[in-house]
Amino acid sequence: MRRLGNRSTVVGGVLFAIVVAVGLLAPLLATTDPAQIDPTGRNKRPGAERTVRGDDGRLHVVKVWMGTDTLGRDVYSRVVYGARISLVVGVTVAIVSAVLGLVIGLLAGYLRWLDGVVMRVMDGLMAIPSILLAIGLVSLSRAGLRSVILAIVIPEVPRVVRLVRSLVLSLREEPYVEAAVALGARTPALLARHVLPNTLAPLVVQATFVCASAILLEAILSFLGVGIPPETPTWGNIMAEGRALFRIFPHNILFPGVFLAVTVLGVNMLGDGLRDMLDPRVRRRL
Amino acid sequence: MAVVAIVVFMLLRLTTGDPAAIIAGDNATSQDVAAIREKLGLDRPLAEQFVIWLGRLARGDFGESFFFKKPVSELIAERVEPTLALATSTIVLTVLLAVPLGVLAAWRRGTWLDRLVMGFSVLGFSVPVFVIGYLLIYLFAIELAWLPVQGYQRVRDGLGGFLVRLILPSITLAVVFVALIARITRASVLEVLNADYVRTARAKGLAELPVMLRHVLRNAAVPIVTVIGVGIAVLIGGVVVTESVYSIPGLGRLTVDAVLARDYPTVQAVILLFSVVYVLINLLVDLSYTLFDPRIRY
Repeated sequence: MRRLGNRSTVVGGVLFAIVVAVGLLAPLLATTDPAQIDPTGRNKRPGAERTVRGDDGRLHVVKVWMGTDTLGRDVYSRVVYGARISLVVGVTVAIVSAVLGLVIGLLAGYLRWLDGVVMRVMDGLMAIPSILLAIGLVSLSRAGLRSVILAIVIPEVPRVVRLVRSLVLSLREEPYVEAAVALGARTPALLARHVLPNTLAPLVVQATFVCASAILLEAILSFLGVGIPPETPTWGNIMAEGRALFRIFPHNILFPGVFLAVTVLGVNMLGDGLRDMLDPRVRRRL
Repeated sequence: MAVVAIVVFMLLRLTTGDPAAIIAGDNATSQDVAAIREKLGLDRPLAEQFVIWLGRLARGDFGESFFFKKPVSELIAERVEPTLALATSTIVLTVLLAVPLGVLAAWRRGTWLDRLVMGFSVLGFSVPVFVIGYLLIYLFAIELAWLPVQGYQRVRDGLGGFLVRLILPSITLAVVFVALIARITRASVLEVLNADYVRTARAKGLAELPVMLRHVLRNAAVPIVTVIGVGIAVLIGGVVVTESVYSIPGLGRLTVDAVLARDYPTVQAVILLFSVVYVLINLLVDLSYTLFDPRIRY
């Protein structure tokens, strides 16, 4: 049990697991269809009751936990479904950036002739603040899940590349790598068998942070109105929807906001904990 | 920088939306659209457009906004003040708060104070800027009604109104930044605290405050200043969001509006401008190392 790790990992892991569970169980947890419009039940405050006609044709009274929005959609159900989009974006971006960053970083770190070109391109990408780059990229194509993910991956990749490259640069000087070279190992095999495994621990940690920042970025894009189309229930969209009437009905922003913050907090804590556990040397976090 | 220019240019020329069609409006014939396209130079090869664009940039000409129908440079000039005011007040606030907090946390390492600061720092990273913004508005502007809800007032229309309207946005934007810098300050102060010269300073009977200021903070300054520079990227991202939350007519709002209107010249100019500012600030940061550490020379 001792290896289970520090408090940060456990708390972060539990928070993240709860959000994953909410996302997976969304159809069971939601009280109504998140897209269902109810003209008579608009702008209900949290805790209010309303009558809904069920599938069997009879009316029942439903309590709206988090109120309803300006179209009468149930905020609770939308928030629950919103977990799915956030998780899909966060996890996909983390995996894709980690894999891309790993490949590019390994090559740039090990093949010296590639290093200069690759790193200049990465520096160039990093010179553009990531939100701006993502906003610019999203406007390239019709907004949708795939283009949003792509727009977040591109600003994230250079950070992973930098990490992997710096690890490879120090690993290639290690005696065991030299020994492998002396024994005649070919470059691909050398990279795969001796260099790659040693980059994995910091990479996992970095991927966790990428996941957290991707969830945030997606919400920001949606909130600004340039992300995933507004009818899709994402946390950012629910908040964007609630902006106009925020003074009177703050619940539209507060509930998804709390979920978003807790999710990102969980992922960040998980990352912090993993970093301390797996690799005490990698202390930098930007 | 050249890479940035190419990326920014390609970014916005590869879009699917046709700006000429947008400007022409719904009732335009295809001839109208073609005429506008020719006027804007959109019918020429990409490489040629790029060279023309670079040449104009060098002369400070960012082209004309498709959407606002006036020169982009004029548009930017109008919007610079709010953004500059917001960014400056945020940076000042952050440095005043974050550095003392970080030092305190390191000084009282392991106590409740340290845990409080670090807890805040993790939290500050995780709560999105706009959520903080709306929470603050809800608390201070709606419930307590101490401060105005949204909006912006130019300096020349009265300093009081200008400052009052900057309070909430600056705090909002500062939270992430404080989190980042307090964390790094703590880490780098901790490293220095174990140094021999700190023990010497204490041994010769110096009070804690002078030790902290003259011996510790000075030697811990380089990483802190570096992070302030790197954090400008976070700040710029935050500016875009904060300006939307508080309805501040600055460059961040301009960016979002321009993207929604597919106004390429404006988007290009703003992204380029932000990136240049970011790179320049980091250059200044590099140069400032010599102030803190005389061993570094260029």
